Amino acid sequence: MSKLSIKDQTLNISGKIVIANITVLLKDFDHKFGKEKISKLNLKDVEEIDGAGVSFIETILDRNKLTSESLENGNPTIMKTIEIFKTIKGESAVKPVPDNIFVKTGDNFLSFIKQIVDGLYLASDTIWWSITGIVNKKGRRKGSVTEQAIAIGLDALPIVALLSFVIGFILTLQSGFQLQKFGANVYIADLLSISIVREMGPLITAIIIAGRSGSAIASEIATMKVTEEIDALKMMALNPIKYVIVPKFHAITLTMPILVAFSILISMGAGLLISVGFLDVALEVYISRSINILAVKDIIITLIKTITFSWLIVIIGAYYGMKVTGGAEGVGKATTSSVVTSIFAVILADAAFSLIYL
Amino acid sequence: MKKDIIIKTTDLVAKYGDNIVLDGISVEMYKGEVTVILGTSGCGKTTLLKNILRMYQPFSGKVEIFGEEVLNLDDDQFNEILKRTGMLFQNGALLNSITVYDNVAIPLEQHTNLTREIIDRIIKTKLHLVNLDHAVYLTPSELSGGMKKRAALARALALEPEILFCDEPSAGLDPVTSADLDKLIINLKNQLNMSMVIVTHELASIHRIADRIIYLHKGKLLFAGTLDQAKKSGIPQVEEFFEIGSF
Ligand SMILES: Nc1ncnc2c1ncn2[C@@H]1O[C@H](COP(=O)(O)OP(=O)(O)O)[C@@H](O)[C@H]1O
Ligand SMILES: [Mg+2]
Repeated sequence: MSKLSIKDQTLNISGKIVIANITVLLKDFDHKFGKEKISKLNLKDVEEIDGAGVSFIETILDRNKLTSESLENGNPTIMKTIEIFKTIKGESAVKPVPDNIFVKTGDNFLSFIKQIVDGLYLASDTIWWSITGIVNKKGRRKGSVTEQAIAIGLDALPIVALLSFVIGFILTLQSGFQLQKFGANVYIADLLSISIVREMGPLITAIIIAGRSGSAIASEIATMKVTEEIDALKMMALNPIKYVIVPKFHAITLTMPILVAFSILISMGAGLLISVGFLDVALEVYISRSINILAVKDIIITLIKTITFSWLIVIIGAYYGMKVTGGAEGVGKATTSSVVTSIFAVILADAAFSLIYL
Repeated sequence: MKKDIIIKTTDLVAKYGDNIVLDGISVEMYKGEVTVILGTSGCGKTTLLKNILRMYQPFSGKVEIFGEEVLNLDDDQFNEILKRTGMLFQNGALLNSITVYDNVAIPLEQHTNLTREIIDRIIKTKLHLVNLDHAVYLTPSELSGGMKKRAALARALALEPEILFCDEPSAGLDPVTSADLDKLIINLKNQLNMSMVIVTHELASIHRIADRIIYLHKGKLLFAGTLDQAKKSGIPQVEEFFEIGSF
């Protein structure tokens, strides 16, 4: 137990001044002696003190603008503990104040510009090394493109297939029965063909890949960055872009068109099931109409679009991975930002492409 | 004078899968002493600490802390014991998303009803003890390895623990900081009568701080006794350990 009393401006403290007691002690002090003037602290009857107890004594000293010279009669052990655990005034760092809104807005704008510039630098480096990398395979691990192609492409097949089927299914149901009202059932093939080949196929695939592989790219590179693996590569005189990003770039460029083609086929297949099964469209009619409506231009634009999407995904993922700051928590943030940004970029690019179709 | 036992293990067996890492360890550690756990890297020192503190469930055996058999306690009871102990993890284990200041604040805010004023002062005192005054408002990712360790030590000391566990506290520290840390350990022991269980390989540091040595070898207890006994134990591995440092 511990006790406080006051006499002739001297605060007498007795008992154990330890972490378990000081909340009560401080309340007691505020309640009874908060307004009294104190010029000395008598520690004669203090039996035990710990680090938190020293903080209590210092708080009282501070409030009365006293120094440790006003401490009296403490036994040597107690005085030594106080000496060891006292805070040194003025040496602590000052708490940083947050910037005001104008400074923040300005900073954000500048860093946005800088991000875009940095991103473009990375993109140009990556594209350059990827092109030269087609012939010059030095500076990257053997088999890394295949490995990445499997991770980015093959492993994504089931989820792409499933979602494409479901989207094809929904699209056919929603539009097919509207068309049926006008007796225009057969046009379902044209409608699906155009919308899936031009839009849904590339877009769905890109969004799945952005969420699945874009995030994996960002988190892998970010982890390599925070654990100094990227620095280690540089120290081995290897170019991290060539070693880490180029294989991913090649792999995604090769596999995305295949995934998109696959997605289109599955969606059209789902449409076929519904159309032939429920909308009285003949099988041959569905197939021939859906092929005839397409122009070569559609296929070429879809291909270009797909490759653009894939590049956006890999470069945005790599960019956020490379610019990670901090430790493990930075990796999480980098991954989130990369997914959000790449989906945004993919949709924006898609909007730009729709103008070309006109 | 008979010393109070503060931690005691009896036939402690610990496994990872089928791999037996600790094979029947019976040791005693005493109040107000610094017990140093020695042994080659990978011999199970960290595992011993973690099994004593129930972070892993021992395969068999008994563990007593403060005279209570901890393996029989329910979580609430065991948490009360944990509040009386602090642990400095091998890698610091600071929460990365918050500042050093907030890391030290966690136990104080969660387990005491101290006022902000005192908490603030305690945090700054602890960080001053480990020489981190200038790093109070930085996040762990802005610290070097040695600074992270010291910040983690400040957090372990926040609740004025009766027992402090340190897993390789001086690994990655320069000799000056390491000597400061030893001074702090001795101060904590002498002034606050804190008991400490420390895993370390630094011979210089062992000579400065150790009261008692526990030497593990291939999952068995090879030696337990005071520092002086260890130096003249007649056990080849143990004596070799102390000789290597004194070419
Ligand atoms: N989480 C784990 N899972 C499986 N094995 C482990 C794990 N942690 C440690 N080990 C193994 O247990 C042994 C002892 O490890 P540890 O207690 O960390 O050694 P040290 O004495 O260096 O602290 C080592 O052989 C290690 O490989
Ligand atoms: Mg260890």
